[in-house]
Amino acid sequence: MTPGEPLVRWDWIASHAGEIATRIGEHLILTGIAVAVGLAIALPVGLAVARRERLYAGAVWASGVLYTIPSLALFALLIPFSGLSVLTAEIGLVSYTLLILVRNVVVGIRSVPEEVRDAARGMGYAPRQVLWGVELPIALPVIVAGLRVATVSTIGLVTVTALIGQGGLGAFILDGIQRFFSTPLILGAVLSVLLAVVIDSALAVVERALTPWREPERALARIGAT
Amino acid sequence: MEFLASVGAWLAAPARWSGGDGIPNRLIEHVQISALALAVAAAIALPIGLALGHAGRGGFFAVNVAAFGRALPSFAMIALALPVSFALGQGLGSFPTVLAMIPLGLPPIVTNTYVGIRQVDRDVVEAARGMGLGEARILSQVELPLAAPVILAGIRGAAVAIVATATLGALVAGGGLGRYIVDGLALQEYERLFAGALLVALLAIATELALGALERSVSPYRS
Repeated sequence: MTPGEPLVRWDWIASHAGEIATRIGEHLILTGIAVAVGLAIALPVGLAVARRERLYAGAVWASGVLYTIPSLALFALLIPFSGLSVLTAEIGLVSYTLLILVRNVVVGIRSVPEEVRDAARGMGYAPRQVLWGVELPIALPVIVAGLRVATVSTIGLVTVTALIGQGGLGAFILDGIQRFFSTPLILGAVLSVLLAVVIDSALAVVERALTPWREPERALARIGAT
Repeated sequence: MEFLASVGAWLAAPARWSGGDGIPNRLIEHVQISALALAVAAAIALPIGLALGHAGRGGFFAVNVAAFGRALPSFAMIALALPVSFALGQGLGSFPTVLAMIPLGLPPIVTNTYVGIRQVDRDVVEAARGMGLGEARILSQVELPLAAPVILAGIRGAAVAIVATATLGALVAGGGLGRYIVDGLALQEYERLFAGALLVALLAIATELALGALERSVSPYRS
């Protein structure tokens, strides 16, 4: 952005390899905690509201309101109470995962055919066994799909947490803006998008490994038969 | 409680309600750049979605572009828009923000317009064709009104994303309500920060509700 300065200075990138690795690590940790805590909340909440229509509508409404609030504003609302801390970042990030995760848990559980549930009960499964042995495995593809979307959107949101001093790839962007230096600016932006794409592809592999029985469907979809 | 009282006092101060850094001016700036970006995004995305939907082609692209759009972090988009803005001689301010907001607004509008048009009952379209309507009139008088609620839902999604991104625009010296958050952070003035965040959150929710109401009012199926 300074005249005469190249858009990307590769020597700067090469000399900052260590910092780049650290920032990617921070980014992944912030994302991992948010998605793990989000899932730990969304799973019991989703199971609790799946068969209670009004509670579900309430949960979707509440998480929808949270989701509408811009990320910077949500962090800013928390700062006076929890400071410029990891806690502030994580409360905000977890809130955003909830809409996607709760909805997908509920849709997944509801996709279990009633006959299948009845058959499991008829075979003497206790309620807990029905949940773990029948309902959750059948709901798994939908839940993992939600996990993918939640992870990708969290990776994007983590770039903003650099503004409240939590590091991650957003720190490069912020540095670039403050110094009018395009190299870290572009580096941070491109790496955060790349990270989202790589993690999404990795989770797609996990999704396939967890649901081998859906392979025929996927094969049909690949050749365009569905 | 004490803190909330001081936020109230900050909001009530007469200085907040006039001048360039007053709430009315910041609100107008925020709405103006958001509306501009939304209008440009819609002007690009609607024709694409309508054409693909009417022809029934490019469905894979139209549906997946929204998923791709979600992966674009708004802060990163502003970062990428900044060198472009400098290259165009525009520098800091609202220009890079609007530049970043347009691509973020495109995906939900393209996807919803495509899906909305495809969802229109093919028998209805065939009936219109049988009655002698041309393709342009089928699109404008049959498909568009029936798809309107779904298209507006896409515009609503785009608008909410754009209003959120406009907040981050304050980082590159843009105006809007994000100014209070960024300045509040820099000055460690938590009343300013909190009040600004409250105003931004209210604006985003108001945008969602207003466009939601518009969506319901154009639904052809309402009783």
